Amino acid sequence: MKFRVLQNISNSWMIVSLCIILLIPFIIGVVLYSKSIPVFEITSIDQLLFSSTWKPTQGLFGFLPFILSSLYVTLISFVLSAPLCVLAAIYLTQFASKRLVLIMYPVIDILAGIPSVIYGMWGILIVVPFVGETLAPLFNLNSSGYSILSGGIVLAVMCIPYVLNMLMESFKTVPMGLVEASLSLGASKWESIKHAVLKKCRTGIISAFGLGLAKAFGETLAVMMVVGNVVQISGNPFDAGYPLPALIANNYGEMLSIPLYDSALMLASFILLVVVLLINLFFRYLICKTQRK
Amino acid sequence: MRYRKSFVELFYKILTGIACYSLIVILGYIIFVIFKKGIGMLSLKMITTVPSGGYYYGGEGGVLNAIAGSFYIAVGATIIAVIVGVPAALFINSHLQHKPRMQSFIRYMLDALWGIPSIVYGAFGFMLMIYLGMSASLLAGIITVAFLITPIIIRTFDEVLNTIPKGLHESALALGYTRMQLAFKVLWKQGFPGFITAVLFAFGRGIGDAASVLFTAGYTDLVPQYLDEPAATLPLAIFFQLSSPIPEVRNRAYAAGIILTAMILIISVSARLVSRKFSKTNLK
Repeated sequence: MKFRVLQNISNSWMIVSLCIILLIPFIIGVVLYSKSIPVFEITSIDQLLFSSTWKPTQGLFGFLPFILSSLYVTLISFVLSAPLCVLAAIYLTQFASKRLVLIMYPVIDILAGIPSVIYGMWGILIVVPFVGETLAPLFNLNSSGYSILSGGIVLAVMCIPYVLNMLMESFKTVPMGLVEASLSLGASKWESIKHAVLKKCRTGIISAFGLGLAKAFGETLAVMMVVGNVVQISGNPFDAGYPLPALIANNYGEMLSIPLYDSALMLASFILLVVVLLINLFFRYLICKTQRK
Repeated sequence: MRYRKSFVELFYKILTGIACYSLIVILGYIIFVIFKKGIGMLSLKMITTVPSGGYYYGGEGGVLNAIAGSFYIAVGATIIAVIVGVPAALFINSHLQHKPRMQSFIRYMLDALWGIPSIVYGAFGFMLMIYLGMSASLLAGIITVAFLITPIIIRTFDEVLNTIPKGLHESALALGYTRMQLAFKVLWKQGFPGFITAVLFAFGRGIGDAASVLFTAGYTDLVPQYLDEPAATLPLAIFFQLSSPIPEVRNRAYAAGIILTAMILIISVSARLVSRKFSKTNLK
């Protein structure tokens, strides 16, 4: 009898906790959406997404500069980190000795574990002066260093362990026989990698990049510390930007004192959630599908 | 032709090798910069005292308030995440073992959940806090961070549980174990190293995450005594002090950076060591 009760308790405990977890994204979505309804009632969705006037005190909320900044920073980080990740993943899964792999695991672990504020600090100490004093004069530009490019560089470093891990997982699923068949046909090791491994893992690579982009898009503190936080639209990577997460993080203090401001910021969080969740669901689905085959 | 082939081969081997070793260089460089910049200001006082009156103008004091706050929040959030996460992970691997579609759907959702940015959790936690009528406090911070790290604990633990041989499930069930006994007696014991790794991993994330506690935990110069008091956290302390115009305050941010980095290094390395030590005694 006692055993029965125990069994029931622990079973329901397991099911309840699993349900709570699976409901979290929906609860977050509903809460953030319901909080952002007031700003929808005043302004149309077109105006919110594609207007570039940001004057909270007058009730004008145009998210375009923030969205563009976010995309720009994300793109730069992607361009900088993607080639490095692919090359390193190829070396670690195809060429490297067992000892090097054993050393690299903790390195990737630690890179992934370093808090974003430390990356931000490193950015302020190294990347910002480098961009401002070394790179910008090369192009005859004036820059304080607090720029979209700095944000992109810091983000690139932060995304490396994340993307690299997924790429390695994907490369490891390629059966050894495939590479061996290619080798026995007279292809060199590199040719086998290029034609067998990379081709076989195409979906895996694309998914890893997609998920890396999603992570970069939502990263807050490190970017906010180096990106300059100026509301403007500019194509020049040496200018300051103001990504969406930084907007939310910077203004939470005053958002309750200006009408509709909190609603607009919750809309920003909602946009962030939807974009990141959709990207994640899509690419994870791709990964799941290829793994099942 | 043959020379060209072996040249291309060598070229790519070196190129990919450089990419790989550059990661070690990047990590070494970041850690070197952080330690070199802050080592001069690091003292016992930084760790054992709270900020005094003129701290933010260069006065005496340390960051004990932030260390304690971070620690409380990470410990509290980890406890909640374990209470919710461990049974969920065990459930996926015991009761759902014969429903692979359900299993992969849940894993899929959890992975997606892992990807949600911490600032969104922060905004959500803030709204929840206002709705419940709480003010920025230790408790609100703990709850928000718990939301953030629960998927991490489940997925990391689940990953290890999934590698336990299925024969073990079958023999346990064949001996008359119920699925609950299978979960708590067999899987729990076999997966224990994975549990430790998951807890340490989540704890590290909890200590290092700033965006989620920015809204919810508040900031204070005192070590929090109760759950309803605001709490400072180490990442936020570094963040606020770095934006100060006074060089002494900034220097102390660098020193606090060393403390945080050292904590993460210790947690990361011990997670690996512990899981290696335990896994020796386990069935493969």
